[in-house]
Amino acid sequence: MRRGFAPWADPTAAPLVRFENVSKHFGDVTAVDRLSLDVYRNEFFALLGPSGCGKTTLLRLLAGFEMPDGGRVLLDGRDIAAVPPHQRPVNMMFQSYALFPHLSVAGNIAFGLRQDGLAKAAISARVDEMLALVKLEGLGGRRPDQLSGGQRQRVALARSLAKRPQVLLLDEPMAALDRKLREETQFELIDLQARLGLTFVIVTHDQEEAMTVAHRIAVMDKGRIVQAATPAEIYEQPRSRWVAEFVGDVNLIEGVVLETGAGEAMIVDKGGRRYRVTADVAVGAQVFIALRPEKVRIQAVPAPPDAPNAMRGRVWDIGYLGGVSIYKVRLDDGAVVKASVANVARLTGQAIGADDEVWLSWPPDAAVVLTS
Amino acid sequence: MGRQPIHPRPGSAFSLGSKLAVAAPYLWLLGFFLVPFLIVVKISLSETAIAQPPYTPVLDVAAGWQGIRDFVAGLSFANYITIAGDDLYVFSYLKSLKVAAVSTALLLLCGLPLAYAMARAPRSVRPLLVTLVVLPFWTSFLIRVYAWINILQRDGLLNQALLWLGLIDQPTTWLATDTAVYIGLVYSYLPFMVLPLYASLEKLDETLLEAAADLGCPRWRAFFVITIPLALPGLGAGALLCFIPIVGEFVIPDLLGGSDAAMIGQTLWTEFFANKDWPVASAVAVVLVVLLVAPISVYQYLQTREIEGRPRGRPRGGRRGGP
Repeated sequence: MRRGFAPWADPTAAPLVRFENVSKHFGDVTAVDRLSLDVYRNEFFALLGPSGCGKTTLLRLLAGFEMPDGGRVLLDGRDIAAVPPHQRPVNMMFQSYALFPHLSVAGNIAFGLRQDGLAKAAISARVDEMLALVKLEGLGGRRPDQLSGGQRQRVALARSLAKRPQVLLLDEPMAALDRKLREETQFELIDLQARLGLTFVIVTHDQEEAMTVAHRIAVMDKGRIVQAATPAEIYEQPRSRWVAEFVGDVNLIEGVVLETGAGEAMIVDKGGRRYRVTADVAVGAQVFIALRPEKVRIQAVPAPPDAPNAMRGRVWDIGYLGGVSIYKVRLDDGAVVKASVANVARLTGQAIGADDEVWLSWPPDAAVVLTS
Repeated sequence: MGRQPIHPRPGSAFSLGSKLAVAAPYLWLLGFFLVPFLIVVKISLSETAIAQPPYTPVLDVAAGWQGIRDFVAGLSFANYITIAGDDLYVFSYLKSLKVAAVSTALLLLCGLPLAYAMARAPRSVRPLLVTLVVLPFWTSFLIRVYAWINILQRDGLLNQALLWLGLIDQPTTWLATDTAVYIGLVYSYLPFMVLPLYASLEKLDETLLEAAADLGCPRWRAFFVITIPLALPGLGAGALLCFIPIVGEFVIPDLLGGSDAAMIGQTLWTEFFANKDWPVASAVAVVLVVLLVAPISVYQYLQTREIEGRPRGRPRGGRRGGP
């Protein structure tokens, strides 16, 4: 990922795509609710959320398949409400790929170019270029039903890229691929986006996918954007409990702020346990401490007396995931805290086993305090 | 890709019941199609006679070998030569083919928009629309054609309506014209055109049209470059399902048409019932079957392709998915 690419942080930068207070209803269902969003040129932007959160509708509003009930959709500063789908300089890669079954691979890729009335030679040159781009050289004559799922996906990608759209919309482009192929394709997409210098907007419900490919992620829920930020910000500084829980694994501890000072807060949970956390909150506020499992230190020996946020517990369950193991530790009062440990050594056996007594601790700046 | 043979391996035991089940349709075709057709072919090679049956030769099995020899010697192609040499028959065939071609074209023109509108209607009302298309079958075909006589006659509904609308000053003659025949044919055969077309169009994945629009193709053009090509099997099936029986149509031209130029079905009827010339009537029928074999085999080919057919579009996982 390019360093220093952060047009969203530049107040003078003009967005390429702007959603302005956009609403969309289907009958009684509000798919998009007064949503505003900016996407910048050359950005790889991800819309992440559970199914039904309105992310696909947002994409379809941009493609022109749906019209907003309220608000405006701007492309390059121009309201595109009056522009029909076939005239928008935006192309979409469909989740189902929507390849034309009666046309060959080359025919599918050439379809958009033909609509523009390009010369035959120019079309065939562009088709060859696209086939090479998605590594399908020599398969131009095949029919879509003669291809594997992965190849069909590439044809769909090539077809949507053939016209060099100002914005490429990708609707769950990798949902039908197996995990290995999906990971490869993610990196290829990043590479393609950077090489072609296009703006990509991808819709996905897979947080790993969003974090891998995107410059910025908009986390959506119930037709609204809960948080739009870089993957690292979303993960390390979630704005709400919902984001913290939706993206990645998290320990959530409910408590009340007891006292504050020197940028830190003392928070007490229902069981009376006290936590020291770096946070700027008001005394007496109801808060949640969001603590990622990998930030929790787990030891078989008692933590030193000056260790912050030390807790004693017993290992209740171990989830071995290969690269890491997740320890579920039951504290004295019955609360369960998850801690993950990277499995750096091989064949040494697990230093900590089930039912072992362990000590957990984490530094004050490891957790985020959330007020909503 | 290899297809597994569906035939049982040698020696594998199939029960008598399952053998019968497989054989039943073939026995049916043999007994009720092939044997009668061969009889017709035989009669077409015979000669008229004032006798019972009204033709010769008749196979005399009692006479043994000599009987069979006499029988074969008595057969001739004279009737076919008569048909080929007489303008009446040639014009009859040509007229039938012309009427069938024109009405199939008219049926396409009427059926395609109808089927398209049905396929694009909300999912919940589609079964109702299909029922409406099939509804006329609840009344006898003959009665419906008689109803058209009523509508098309001089003081019939059509003339009254046109007079009332001020489109004509005095009643027009509709009955006993080719126009009446076309009206009757298009009316009667419309369901046979609409249903296969609808079946094809209904399967069409809406996402394909969105993809076409997305790639810069306006909706009207997408109809010709996406919808029509993908509906081609249904289009072909509908066209042949109408064309083939219309060529041999008898009732509609007989009741609604004029007497100037008969269609081949009428000619056949006249030969058989009025002239009592069974051999010539049989020859006319055999030639008709041969003429129709070509379009029927095209239809067969399209059907096979449709059944074994490639998956057209993948089931979409989107919001409008579902069967």
